[in-house]
Amino acid sequence: MNTRGLRSQLKDSVPVTGLGTQIGAYGVQDTLRSGFSSVKNELLPSHALELSEKNFQLNQDKMNFSTLRNIQGLHAPLKLQMEYRAARQIQRLPFLQSSHLALDTLKGNDESISFEDILNDPAQSEMMGEPHIMVEYKLGLM
Amino acid sequence: MATLSVCQQPIGGFSFEYCKRNAVLEFECNKLGHSIPAARKTGTTICGVVFKDGIVLGADTRATEGMIVADKNCSKIHYISPNIYCCGAGTAADTEMTTQIISSNLELHSLSTGRLPRVATANRMLKQMLFRYQGHIGAALVLGGVDCNGPHLYSIYPHGSTDKLPYVTMGSGSLAAMAVFEDRYEQNMEEEDAKRLVRDAIAAGIFNDLGSGSNIDLCVITKGKVDYLRPHDMANKKGVRRVHELEALPRP
Repeated sequence: MNTRGLRSQLKDSVPVTGLGTQIGAYGVQDTLRSGFSSVKNELLPSHALELSEKNFQLNQDKMNFSTLRNIQGLHAPLKLQMEYRAARQIQRLPFLQSSHLALDTLKGNDESISFEDILNDPAQSEMMGEPHIMVEYKLGLM
Repeated sequence: MATLSVCQQPIGGFSFEYCKRNAVLEFECNKLGHSIPAARKTGTTICGVVFKDGIVLGADTRATEGMIVADKNCSKIHYISPNIYCCGAGTAADTEMTTQIISSNLELHSLSTGRLPRVATANRMLKQMLFRYQGHIGAALVLGGVDCNGPHLYSIYPHGSTDKLPYVTMGSGSLAAMAVFEDRYEQNMEEEDAKRLVRDAIAAGIFNDLGSGSNIDLCVITKGKVDYLRPHDMANKKGVRRVHELEALPRP
């Protein structure tokens, strides 16, 4: 699936907007939650792979859908994306761990293991999400 | 993080949070004249050859950490599937984790298809993963196995390019081993000849390269049978001195 030309990959890849800052109230950076900011941190990636890894899954999906559209017509990616959206909507509240089982089965991730499953397991995360703040953030009330 | 609470769920995979901090620490350390500890590499000689009925893979057993030998008898031939084995050179942790991940993926894949996995599948999985990380995963691999289409041997470089060849060598001692191969390789060798050739190639790497040493491990893969010979030959026995040096040279 990775045999397509690199040029088309670069042209159509999903752009990365910001690098890790969270916009708090009044449009400035939320110092309490994400620390002090500097212009260099916001503009430059800290590692060569940071940009490509951030949107890797999105770029892969985009490539696959466009190939599917070229081969089988518009209906094929439309149906798949509709199923993905439906499976993504049924989750637990933000601070609880959801299994994403339906979404994983649809995408085929239940039959493969990669670094996302081994490193930085969200279930072992050392930081707790405070329930009220996470729900407010998800609803956009923050 | 400034506080102990987060707004979004953490996602798995590589985290680049501390890269800038590490770069600053390294700069400060170098300013004081020290260097940060180096990752353990396997400055290695690994090689593989295709013979009449299958594949012979060979590797030395020394792991280095800068100028120090970190492990005198490490195992560099990793299991991928019952009919596929892989030798790894480069950063030891990278080769270990990469081969384990690919082995798990191949197991899931073969359970899903119901067939014995093919070497080309393992090759493609490895090259796609290594290309995704643009060479930052320092794993140079020699992948060999026997499947329904016969014996196959691939060499895989850290940036994701692969070669399918009848004989390959990788690692810091690869030139010494390749010299032996270029001199004595023939098509359709017998098993004993192939084992002797690989043993001599690894011995050339051990004696002519500082990064390789200790024993020689061999792995002979044929249709339905795998011989994992560890150690096959102890080229550098501790306490045995130059008296036996002539015996360790390749036989004519």
